[in-house]
This record gives sequence, C-alpha cells and structure tokens, in this order.
Amino acid sequence: MSLLELENVTLKFGGLTAVDNLSFSVEQGEVFAIVGPNGAGKSTVFNLISRFYTPVNGKIRFDGHDLLKEKASSVANFGVARTFQNIELFEHATVLENLLVGRHRHRGSNFLTELFFTPSVRKQELQNRHFVEEVIDFLDLQAYREKRIAGLPYGVRKVVEVARALATDPKLLLLDEPASGLSVEETTDMRWWIDEIRRQMGITVLMVEHDMGLVSGVSDRVLAMADGARLALGTPSEVQSDPAVIEAYLGKAS
Amino acid sequence: MRIIFKTDYMQDLRPWKDGYQLSLYLILIALAVAAPFLIDVFFLGELTNVLIWALAGLGLMVLTGHTGQASLGHAAFLAMGCYANIILMEAGVPFMLAFPLAGIITGIVGMIVAIPALRLHGIYLAIATLAMSILVDDIIVLTDHWTGGVGGKFAPPVNVFGFMIDRWGTPTAFYYLTLGVTILVTLGYINLLRAPLGRSFIAVRDSEVSAQAMGIDVSRSKAISFGVSCAITGLAGALMGLFAGAFNNETFSVVISIQLLMMIVIGGLGSIHGAFFGAIVIGFLPQFLSISKEWVGALFGGSNVAIPGLEFGIFGVILIVFILFEPMGIYGRWLKIRTWFELFPFYRKDMFKRQKSYLKTERLR
Repeated sequence: MSLLELENVTLKFGGLTAVDNLSFSVEQGEVFAIVGPNGAGKSTVFNLISRFYTPVNGKIRFDGHDLLKEKASSVANFGVARTFQNIELFEHATVLENLLVGRHRHRGSNFLTELFFTPSVRKQELQNRHFVEEVIDFLDLQAYREKRIAGLPYGVRKVVEVARALATDPKLLLLDEPASGLSVEETTDMRWWIDEIRRQMGITVLMVEHDMGLVSGVSDRVLAMADGARLALGTPSEVQSDPAVIEAYLGKAS
Repeated sequence: MRIIFKTDYMQDLRPWKDGYQLSLYLILIALAVAAPFLIDVFFLGELTNVLIWALAGLGLMVLTGHTGQASLGHAAFLAMGCYANIILMEAGVPFMLAFPLAGIITGIVGMIVAIPALRLHGIYLAIATLAMSILVDDIIVLTDHWTGGVGGKFAPPVNVFGFMIDRWGTPTAFYYLTLGVTILVTLGYINLLRAPLGRSFIAVRDSEVSAQAMGIDVSRSKAISFGVSCAITGLAGALMGLFAGAFNNETFSVVISIQLLMMIVIGGLGSIHGAFFGAIVIGFLPQFLSISKEWVGALFGGSNVAIPGLEFGIFGVILIVFILFEPMGIYGRWLKIRTWFELFPFYRKDMFKRQKSYLKTERLR
C-alpha cells in the first residue's frame, strides 16, 4: 500500500478548475517531485493534502487514513509535515521556539499539568528540547538557535522551516519549493539534506520544485502538471523528455 | 557583556537565564515584601492599585500580547469577576473559595464568549468585544436583584485563614493579598509560556496557517487563551472591587477596557514585563499629574483648579508617542538600552528594526 494516495481529486474555485481529476500515489521511502509551470496547481495539491482546501470530489488517503474526514489541524498528527512557498514562520519567536512548536503533536501534557509545570511536563520538555537539538545539529542551525526569525536572512529562514517540519518527527515531508530564492551553494546544501532526510531518517519526501537540477538530482519519480491535470509521471529523465511536458513549458512547434 | 554558556537543556527550560537574573528577581520580590515598612500608607495603597492593574494587564496580555487577539471588552470580565466574587461571598461562600471561583466562572464565561468571536479577526473582534463591554453595563442594571444595579454594592471585609482583611482597616494585609495573587498568577503564566500551550498561543499569533500545519487546533487554542485571559482578568476584577470598596455598573466602563489595552501597548505587547511597566504608568500617572500640577502652579503662580480631561489627554499623547516611536513599548525600550550597554560599543541602530514581511500568505484566511 502506498503511503499517500490521491484518487481522482478535483478542486474548483468558482468556475476555475484548480486541480482536475488528479491521481497519483507516493510510496514509502521515495522522493517524489511535482513540477509544472506557474499556476499548474502544484501548491494547491499541497494545500489539499494539508486540508486547507476540501476537494469537490476524489479521495486522499495517508497511511490508511482518509484525510478528507479530518480537520486541518489533525493532519500533522498522522505524521504529515510541510513547509510553505512563502515562508510562514513564527516571526517574533526565536528559532528554538519555532522548532519547539513543531513538537506540539507529541504533547502529552494538559492545561493543569503545564500550569504547575509538573515533573512529567519537565521530562516531556527536556525530551522535546533534545529532539529539537538533533534537528538543529542535522541542519547546522547552531549559530541561530536564540535568534529571532524577524532578523534572519532569507536563506536561513528557508532552512528553519524545513527544521520546524522535521521537528514534528513526520512520516511524510511536504516541501513547497525548498530551493526557491536560494543561492547555488544553499541549493546544493538543500539537495544534500533532502537526500539525507530520506536516507538517514527514512522520511518520505514530496516536493514541489522548479529547479530541475535539484529535482533530477534527488527525486525518484516526478509528476508533471499543467492546468491542474497530470501531464506525465515517471523518472526525472522520462518526464523531461516527454513531448507533452516540453509542449507545456515551451509551446507547440508550428 | 554577559555570555551564557549552556551545557544543560535545563538552562533553556528554567524561567531565569542564570543566577544573576534570578537574584535580581529575588531582590525585586524582597523589596515588594518589604514595601509596607519602606513607604507610607498612601503610597502602599497606590502600589496595591498598580499590582491589581498589572494583574488585569497580565490577563489581557495572554489574549492580545501572546495570542494576538485584540479585545476592547476586558472591563466586562473585570466586572464579572468582581460581582461573582461578592455575590458568592454574600451567599456565604468563604473568600478563599469565592475568589478562585470568581476567576474560574469568568474564565468559563470568557470561553463561551470566545466561541462566536473566534471567527472574527483583528478590528472585527475588537468591535465585538467592545459591544460585550457595553452589554455588561446594561446586564448589571437589568439584574439589579443580584447586582444592586445602579445603586451598586459594598465589598465586605474578607477572611483569609482567620485574618480579616479590609482595604481601609488593614491596608498592609490587603497589599500582601494582592502581591501574593500577582506573584502566583505570574508564575503560572511563566509556566504556560514555557510549555506547549504557551507556544501554541504564540504560533496562533504569528501565523495561523502554519500553526494549523503543525497540528495546533487554532480555534481551540484561541478559546483556551480567551479562558485563561478572562480568568486572570476576573481575579483582578475581584481584587479591584474589594479595593474600591464600593462599585456599581459604571465602575467597569468601556473606558477601563480602553485603558487596559493602552496599558499593555505602552508597557510592551507580548511580554510579562510589559503588563507591569504599563500598570506603573497607568497607576502612577494621575498622582504624578496632580503632584506636577501643584509644582507647576507654585512655579508660575497659577491656580490649582482641576483641568477636565487632562489625564486622558496625557494618556492619549503618551500612547501616540509610543506607537510612533516605540511600538515595542517600555519593555522594548528597556531591552534596547540593556543591549546597548551589553554590546557597547557594537550596538547597531537597526538591531531591533522590524523587518517588513512581504509575500505573507493571506489567501488562506
């Protein structure tokens, strides 16, 4: 059984069909990339999986659960973490606090135990702090631990967002354009990290990305989309040489 | 500059950074405990007033400063706490039980109010809560059977472990009662902030979309924040009623709500310190004005006639000055001064500059 399955998913905004009868599945342990021209509906697919949008019809299953029955805030509890295209960090909190928010789904305490900060809460917070430190170590964020997000450069914010998603200890990581706006060196780092996330942590990665170098470098399978529909699905080289994909990007030869 | 080397995760978990900071706070508490022996009865009363305002400010800080939900209706919850406390006491419930109950009742009412208010953002929420503040005024008049209506009520002396505490008879004891409640609430607040719940408040304030993606139930967090905020405000209201001695429907007017909001903005949104700094300004400003008026009168030979609206005029000016020049409030200014000394001579002017955030995803609202 696949980890994530989308079956005939359609989403309409008024008269506009954002996602058109889309089906694909992501297998456990792979890096799956979605590519496509602007407005193809790639980020919309992410927002559907995150349950920010509800499709008109179709099914979304994750790890045996029907996600469409769940609230947006429960999706993370099944082990789906995500980053956003336009960085959505907690601006006025430090990097450490941002990552600790990622631990929220492992909260075992309640209002009263937290009010008195009982030994069990203390133990839980120490464990959270330890887990977060491992993520910091993995993504080389030690220098920024105590810094507020508002003062951080763009490239670091991008990494902090990945770190916050990893702090949730997910099964599936959704990366929405992880390399957009990054320098060549930062993109190389990101590529290495995505590889490590899959190999070392065993986390399945689903990403939307425009940088074809990054896509063909790390992903096992690529889905090309245009106008909300599936154009091609296969290995990076297969998709890149697919005539329908070339046509969507470059137009038809006259 | 003090550099703290961290070798243990507990250093991040403790509310204080190091022994130096802890000792500063202990000195502050010791000074507060010694205050009745250091200052006269009049100023002790003023200090009690400041502490009560600080407590109310802490209540609003939970909601506005940490969860980012503006409220112009917190006077309503002050009133609720005050009346709940007195009505319970008149029904024979001892103060030690009636007081926390007043907080809990106000908290529960706050949560119920929050349910329809959750769908509102920003200015619309402020308007809804403002309506709440006006409504409570009318409800107090309409239910005069319990509340005494326009005629108001008088606060009885309270019994704490056999000590009779009365604001006028035993001002020192009343001061200690207020100080104790304020310290306990502050400690609870600190605990919440370093636990998942407090972090979820901050997450909701800064980005609802990503809070949701992290598994935080945004409406639940907001409702709990409303509850905690109103409970603290209710406790402050109960103390305020006892402090005032007599109160009616006009004691907790909309003006008080606005003053509360102004107070935490001046003090510094999003910090516990801010509530205390703001309370000091709000609490001591009237006294400062009357003293300086005498002084100005003596200097220029003017008379001591009261100028109507002077206090609010000055409040307004202070608020405008803060919003223009120091949006982070007194606490923010204090942080800057401290950093300047700590980093001397390396302080940069734009160190605390807020970065404009572009490309914020507002579409999902």
